[in-house]
Amino acid sequence: MPTVPVSLNVNDQAHELDLGPDVTLLDALRERLQLTGTKKGCDHGQCGACTVLVDGRRINACLTLAVMHEGARIATIEGLADADRLHPLQQAFIEHDAFQCGYCTSGQICSALGLLNEKHLQAHTNDLRPAIREYMSGNLCRCGAYRNIVSAIEQVHAGEVK
Amino acid sequence: MHPFSYERATSIDQAVQAASEGACFIAGGTNLLDLMKENVARPQRLVDINHLGLDTLEPLPNGGLRIGALMRNADLAAHPEIKARYPLLADALMAGASPQLRNMATTGGNLMQRTRCYYFYDTATPCNKREPGTGCTAIGGATRIHAVLGASEHCIAVHPSDMCVALAALDATVNVIGPDGSRSIPFLEFHRLPGDAPQHDNTLRNDELILNVELPAQGFAAHYSYLKIRDRLSFAFALVSVAAAMNLNNAGRITEARIALGGVAHKPWRLAQAEALLLGHSPGQRTFAQVADVLLRDASSQGDNRFKIELAHRAIRRALAQAAGRTPQSQVNKRVPSPRSNS
Repeated sequence: MPTVPVSLNVNDQAHELDLGPDVTLLDALRERLQLTGTKKGCDHGQCGACTVLVDGRRINACLTLAVMHEGARIATIEGLADADRLHPLQQAFIEHDAFQCGYCTSGQICSALGLLNEKHLQAHTNDLRPAIREYMSGNLCRCGAYRNIVSAIEQVHAGEVK
Repeated sequence: MHPFSYERATSIDQAVQAASEGACFIAGGTNLLDLMKENVARPQRLVDINHLGLDTLEPLPNGGLRIGALMRNADLAAHPEIKARYPLLADALMAGASPQLRNMATTGGNLMQRTRCYYFYDTATPCNKREPGTGCTAIGGATRIHAVLGASEHCIAVHPSDMCVALAALDATVNVIGPDGSRSIPFLEFHRLPGDAPQHDNTLRNDELILNVELPAQGFAAHYSYLKIRDRLSFAFALVSVAAAMNLNNAGRITEARIALGGVAHKPWRLAQAEALLLGHSPGQRTFAQVADVLLRDASSQGDNRFKIELAHRAIRRALAQAAGRTPQSQVNKRVPSPRSNS
């Protein structure tokens, strides 16, 4: 397939790429920009391992074409920390032991960041944990670390609404 | 993926022109790209319609609302007007897919999504929907997810949408445009039954573009429930879903009622005769059971999906009780009371 020029802004860095129209955003990030923190799990939008933020909103990078995101602001797990200072979600995942093998973790953390941006949890003071589980249902963890993932997100949410 | 070219449409005219030349639209892409990866869809030319400005929600002179075809499912579900006036639609949207997919998927794309029949997705097996005339592998196969109403000897697939079940109950209208101009399609005439042409999911022509979906003023904001039954509590397609809505007068009698079923047929399932049974009655399990009897009168199973008929009967009764009692099914905490307390 003939390539087309695509400008991607990833983690506040501009990239000029030549991509086939069939290259997904996920493959562009991993294979062309070597940003391999974003994982390819199912490649069908069912597991959430590829979750990134586009203009602040969480999406499955496997189910969208890179060429469709010309000019958009893309954030991946690599861009969350402030130099050596981890993002509060990253810190909370460590404190709560919210992973085992770690393969889903980038997607879980990016998805959690999207959830906090969406402000859905504010309406769920009495059923916060079920709400976190529902709003994180697009991210599977095959190791079954869900309990601790929910705790990590709960902690960061509590810090934000204080 | 099969090779294809990509272009961005900058005007509706340009998009329609491209479609009349055989191009395929892409919006959210969540279903289309999945189908392309599986080689079920093999478009040669993709036209990106995301920049046509069809992503707004506008009030209508008749008190209804016009939902732009490119409005994302998440934005529609979270919109204050939808939450306040059409909570049935907001709940159906929240019952569908995952947060990531709802951020991508559009209103028009939701209407156009294909069935999740395993055999439709498996290019190694015959499928009349994918390759007309080759046969239906689902019939006689694993049929847990398949239709119990309106199926044909050629196809037993179901339409997978939750949003469309609510739009059917709300009597929405789909406005489309093609080379010959625009037309309006009543929601129940948008999707179709498989008959002998299951390759056609709906009545939209290949060269037509969905512009918007209109909601009438009546949103049933007081008495409604969207009840979805699935194999896990979240992020799964419906085995059975029910959109129930009604109005009651001061005497507590039902003056208007809507019931649409999802997960059971090739299109959202409604039956005016079943809804009419409720009119003039006070809400009650005996009446609700009669409604369920009539709605499911013609139901037939393929074997594995026999349980769906009884499941649908119970779900209809429960959803009607929830709507009448102003206790709509929560889309967050979906555990329901034990059957004993609801019989």
